Amino acid sequence: MNTSLVTDVTIFVLSLLVGFEVISKVPQTLHTPLMSAANSIHGVVIVGAFLIASTAHDDVGYTLAFIAAVFAGMNVVGGYTVTDRMLKMFQRRPAAVSKEATDEGGRP
Amino acid sequence: MGAFNDVITLVYLAAATCFVVGLHLMNAPPTANHGNRLSAAGMLVAVAATLALIAHDGTISTTGWLMLTLGGVIGSGVGLYLARSVQMTAMPQLVSLFNAVGGGAAALVAIADFIRLAGIFHAPTIAARTSVTSVLDVVIGAVTLSGSVVAAGKLQGFIPSQPIVVPGARVANLVLALALCAGTGYILSGANSDPTLIGIAVVSLVMGVIMVLPIGGADMPVVISLLNAFTGTAVAMAGFVINSVGLIIAGALVGASGSILTKLMADAMNRSILNIVAGGFGTGDQASAIGSGVTGQVRSIGADDVAIQLAYAQKVIIVPGYGLAAAHAQHVVKELADLLEKRGVEVSYAIHPVAGRMPGHMNVLLAEAEVPYQQLKTMEEINPEFPRADVALVIGANDVTNPAARRPGNAVSGMPILDVDKAKSIIVIKRSMGHGYAGIDNELYTDPKTGMFFADAQVGLRAITAAVKTLVGVD
Repeated sequence: MNTSLVTDVTIFVLSLLVGFEVISKVPQTLHTPLMSAANSIHGVVIVGAFLIASTAHDDVGYTLAFIAAVFAGMNVVGGYTVTDRMLKMFQRRPAAVSKEATDEGGRP
Repeated sequence: MGAFNDVITLVYLAAATCFVVGLHLMNAPPTANHGNRLSAAGMLVAVAATLALIAHDGTISTTGWLMLTLGGVIGSGVGLYLARSVQMTAMPQLVSLFNAVGGGAAALVAIADFIRLAGIFHAPTIAARTSVTSVLDVVIGAVTLSGSVVAAGKLQGFIPSQPIVVPGARVANLVLALALCAGTGYILSGANSDPTLIGIAVVSLVMGVIMVLPIGGADMPVVISLLNAFTGTAVAMAGFVINSVGLIIAGALVGASGSILTKLMADAMNRSILNIVAGGFGTGDQASAIGSGVTGQVRSIGADDVAIQLAYAQKVIIVPGYGLAAAHAQHVVKELADLLEKRGVEVSYAIHPVAGRMPGHMNVLLAEAEVPYQQLKTMEEINPEFPRADVALVIGANDVTNPAARRPGNAVSGMPILDVDKAKSIIVIKRSMGHGYAGIDNELYTDPKTGMFFADAQVGLRAITAAVKTLVGVD
């Protein structure tokens, strides 16, 4: 077992703990956007897809890199876009509420 | 070279920080969008750093650049199109699909790396750290790929959402698991065998299908969360394989988020994750026997009666279930709620944790209809309020309102439920007396306080809204 593996495992475990800590605070209302956001974050595998493209030097390597890049690109761009779309729905809420509140107050 | 790589590593760290802070910002609706933007910025930085690294190393061929660019652009285009065009009711399918491609990409990274290493070193010299993580990556990634595709197919209706029980599935699973162990052992023993790794990938794909097929539609929130955790883990393993800290951190974050949501969803159904994955909920044997025990009178009411009750109530709690989403009735329910609020009726929504087809799905559907999120109450918040509610309006929700859950000995026993039966009056909008996924009669429907309004959620709500308008003289 070399030092680099130990370091990597340490990073992995600590990141898991950070993840548990950060995510347990997210309210139920936002669980779908949260999952979608997490979904886009694992799109970081696009970095891996690019790196294997950089070391590929035969047809098999190129094909694998290409498919991986398509998959990861879809994951990352689609993930962020759809999360953004969902969160915008939650953002316009305060405006709607205050409008209704005014309506309520305006009536005799 | 060393200094350059250090800079790149630091940039990856910055990107990872963006991911963590981004997720942290998601704990409140007003800041959530900034969180997502920050996370996207981190992603952009990570991708830019990777491109810089590749250009700096100079080992990439022209074809490599072409594959990378072409693949990235095509994938992004498809992703963008899907993300823009998807309906909110179809969100679970899309998330499932992104899980599939994420897991698939992670598996491909390991396969490509393994083949490359095996090609360079003809002697068995792939380090154990690489071979172990490669095999893990391929197994988890491939299971996620095929499992998520099946899950998406079930959600979309391409594959029947009922649990599909294949005879001999248990034996098949055992055989496949043994084959996996054998293949893994062979690779770990130092054999750099490409065909073995490909074989492991194929077996894992089959296992993913067998794993998800027997799981019923109502269990999908758990399955999607679980597959999300799997994808995260696969990506982290890919990080080990290609020695990328960015991938390890991001993968671990997603693994953690998926695990938490899986646990929450399973708890909300009072079932263990193992029990859900083992499948068979709602297949019916024990359930139908218990169900026949309930023989009460059902009181059917019409739109006018419902309108009177709602219009003269002080507090109304709306209990939306998947039936509401399936009928695309979110917007109509919001219209009715607005009408009632204008009359001074206090309206809130009771959201069961597993309402919809993924964690928090119902909240998104209602948010799309511009229901203020402050009105969306979780089960813990709303349950004490039911005794004060004049009317509980149940729309397309079934098992999560069944008081039978408080008694032992039936299919829903112990499942946390919304205390709808404690409201002063209950109205259920439902198409028929059909069963929910648990396959048992809902005792709420035979409660003397309950009026059943038999209609499609959208049609029924429109009729009620019109009746309320006539009643109170609004046009």
